[in-house]
Amino acid sequence: MPESSLSVSPIPVAQNPAPSENTLVAHRMQAGFPSPAGDYAEEGLDLNEYLIQNKAASFLFRVKGDSMSGAAIEEGDIIVVDRSRTAGHNSIVVAVVDGEYTVKRLYKQSGQVELRPENPKYSPIRFGKEHGELGIWGVVVGLVRRIAAG
Amino acid sequence: MPAPQPQFALVDVNNFFVSCERTFRADLENTPLVVLSNNDGCAIARSKEAKEMGVKMGTPWFKLQPTARKRGLLAFSSNYALYGDMSQRVVRLLRDFAPDLEVYSIDECFLRIESVARRHGGASAMGRAIRERIRQWLGLPVCVGIGPTKTLAKFANHLAKKNGVFDGVCDLYTLSRPERKQWMSRLDAGEVWGVGRRIARRLDELGIHTVLDLREASPQEIRGHFGVVMERTCQELRGISCLELEDISPPKQQIMVSRSFGCPVRTLKDLREAVATFTARAAEKLRQQAGVAAAIHVFIRTDRFREDEPQYTPGIVVPLADGTDDTLALLEAAFSGLCAIYREGFRYKKAGVMLTLISDKTRQPTLFGDTASGEKSKRLMLAMDAINREFGRDTLRSAASGIEHRWATKAEMRSPRYTTRWDELPGVS
Repeated sequence: MPESSLSVSPIPVAQNPAPSENTLVAHRMQAGFPSPAGDYAEEGLDLNEYLIQNKAASFLFRVKGDSMSGAAIEEGDIIVVDRSRTAGHNSIVVAVVDGEYTVKRLYKQSGQVELRPENPKYSPIRFGKEHGELGIWGVVVGLVRRIAAG
Repeated sequence: MPAPQPQFALVDVNNFFVSCERTFRADLENTPLVVLSNNDGCAIARSKEAKEMGVKMGTPWFKLQPTARKRGLLAFSSNYALYGDMSQRVVRLLRDFAPDLEVYSIDECFLRIESVARRHGGASAMGRAIRERIRQWLGLPVCVGIGPTKTLAKFANHLAKKNGVFDGVCDLYTLSRPERKQWMSRLDAGEVWGVGRRIARRLDELGIHTVLDLREASPQEIRGHFGVVMERTCQELRGISCLELEDISPPKQQIMVSRSFGCPVRTLKDLREAVATFTARAAEKLRQQAGVAAAIHVFIRTDRFREDEPQYTPGIVVPLADGTDDTLALLEAAFSGLCAIYREGFRYKKAGVMLTLISDKTRQPTLFGDTASGEKSKRLMLAMDAINREFGRDTLRSAASGIEHRWATKAEMRSPRYTTRWDELPGVS
């Protein structure tokens, strides 16, 4: 490894310290002296709460393909789809096209209705009088992705 | 101020299992579909198109296969993980409308609505709002019946389901009295909630043929013939509410777990595994209702449809010295029973256990029990149930249940468990 000019040299990933065991600090309550932190106790953060506003109406889908990579929705991602939301212009939606589920950006301006991919490799799908009705399954409200820890 | 008259709504999902499948399969919207019972046995749910083809409830799948090939009938194995999840979503959604709610079955809920209907612009408007919201949020079609008693709400639901004029919502008391009577005169008394086929036959002999006849019958006379339960039904048809919402189903007096095997089982070893699994499941249910059982009934059966094969259908009741909810004690009893009834040389199709003589745990004095070991067993059972809840059924089980489950239920045409498994989420491109 070349000499580093930094005062603190980065640790190569491969030499990362092994996962250490941490013991929770045992906190013994003193009778008569309530913990000063007690008043500030809060629930831990819950990602379900962050991602899902309407539990009854929300469903998860697994993304296949790269038609929405411009919107940072990639193959293998999980999207949260809320069926209680009304889709508007610019919503990202899950729609039914020829019996299949597809995720696209909804374009709805001056009488024109389209599902637009966010990847120049694919072309928009048009709806309306000559092109048939658009069936929207739900509105995408969240994106979930794990990152491999290496 | 007098209390307002009670008002009940019955919300019922149309062809529930089939409709759940369609929420995730837009391509099957107009396809004739059936869902099959455990082991891909018989049709237990049918789409409208399948009904129109003449597919009857309970028809064995092998008899439907020609129709499937010729006319495009599709079948799914039961996907109870999906149906259970969708059912919970329906209940959660309905609680926003009316907190007083009774989950009557996996696809039906009674709501008490007289104090909340006004918020939605009246009972009928509320019914339509419920129907629209369940359709939008869950993709499920429902019918709503509304009336001043549970029995009338159920009757109204039946009307809404069978008659397009109601557009899925029937509020009985928005109809005029003559209209109401006319609808009642068109339906057999046997269709009324709580009137079974046997009672219907006896009603017929008394000259009571239609719902209207039963409504007009003297409640006292009905009581004389059939007892107090039918008298209540009669009163309920007159609009006098006798049945309240039941929030919690009463504790079961018997707990039964049994299955048909996907393929016939011959050996005692395989039967032991099956019986162990059923006993563990039954014990878990027993602990959920905080009960103890004083006896366990074990039974095994050959296939009664195979007339060419020797038949044997034994069962045995094994008493337990002290009422218990301990899986290990119940297993011991179940095995001794199984060994007593097992005979070689038969192909067994089904096995099951039933816990009986169930009583409330708190009222059970320990006669001979050693309290220390009792406490230990209780902690073990609590831990076992908690782990199985957290990580999925059968994560922890007694080694007797076996690992392989060769006899496990056949479900070859089950759809993905779209809402309860990470690796079975629906795909979207």
